[in-house]
Amino acid sequence: MTKAEIVEQIYEKVGFSKKESAEIVERVFDIIKETLKEGEKVKISGFGNFVVREKNARKGRNPQTGEEIRLDARRVLTFKPSLVLKNTLNGDETSGKVLD
Amino acid sequence: MTKSGLIERVAELTSHISKKDTEIVVNRIFDSMTDALRRGERIEIRGFGSFQVKQRDAREGRNPKTGEEVHIPAKRAPFFKVGKELKELVDASEVESPSHNGND
Repeated sequence: MTKAEIVEQIYEKVGFSKKESAEIVERVFDIIKETLKEGEKVKISGFGNFVVREKNARKGRNPQTGEEIRLDARRVLTFKPSLVLKNTLNGDETSGKVLD
Repeated sequence: MTKSGLIERVAELTSHISKKDTEIVVNRIFDSMTDALRRGERIEIRGFGSFQVKQRDAREGRNPKTGEEVHIPAKRAPFFKVGKELKELVDASEVESPSHNGND
C-alpha cells in the first residue's frame, strides 16, 4: 500500500474527493515528520506511538574487518505498535478495532 | 502530539475543509493502514518509512516473576522501518540538548 492507495481508500470508503484526500494525507505525514524532527513523540491511539530515542555514543566494530570504530551519539525513531493493532493482526476482534 | 492534536493541526492548515471532515479522513488513513497490515500487506510511505507484518513462531517462554514455563503461541507482529529522509531528519535535530533526555 502506498499513499496513492490510501487516498483511493478514503475516496471509496468515505466519498471524499481525491484532491482533498490527497491533501490531507500529505499534511498528516508532513506534520508527523515535523513533530518528530522536534524530538516530540506522536501518539496515534489504536495504531501506535512514534518515539524519538537518544542513543549514546559507543564504540563499535566493523563486523567485516574487525576494526574498531567510534559511533557518535544519535537520535533514532522507533515505532511501538498499540495493543489494538497487535490484537487486530492476530484476529482478536474483541479487543481489536472492528473493521468493516 | 496525539491523534486529536494531529487532526487539530491538519485542520488549521486546510481551512477549506471542515474539522469534522478532516477528522474522518485522518481516522480513515490509520484504519486503511491497519486493514492493509491485517491483510499482510506492506505499506510504503515515501520519505517516511514502511510498515510490515512479521510472523513470529511459537516458542516456550518463562514468566520472569514466577519462573513458570509458558507457551507463547505463534503470532503476527507489525514492524516499522524508518525511511532514509525521516531517519536523517530525526538525527539532524540537536542531539546534545539535555532537555531531550527526559520523558517529556
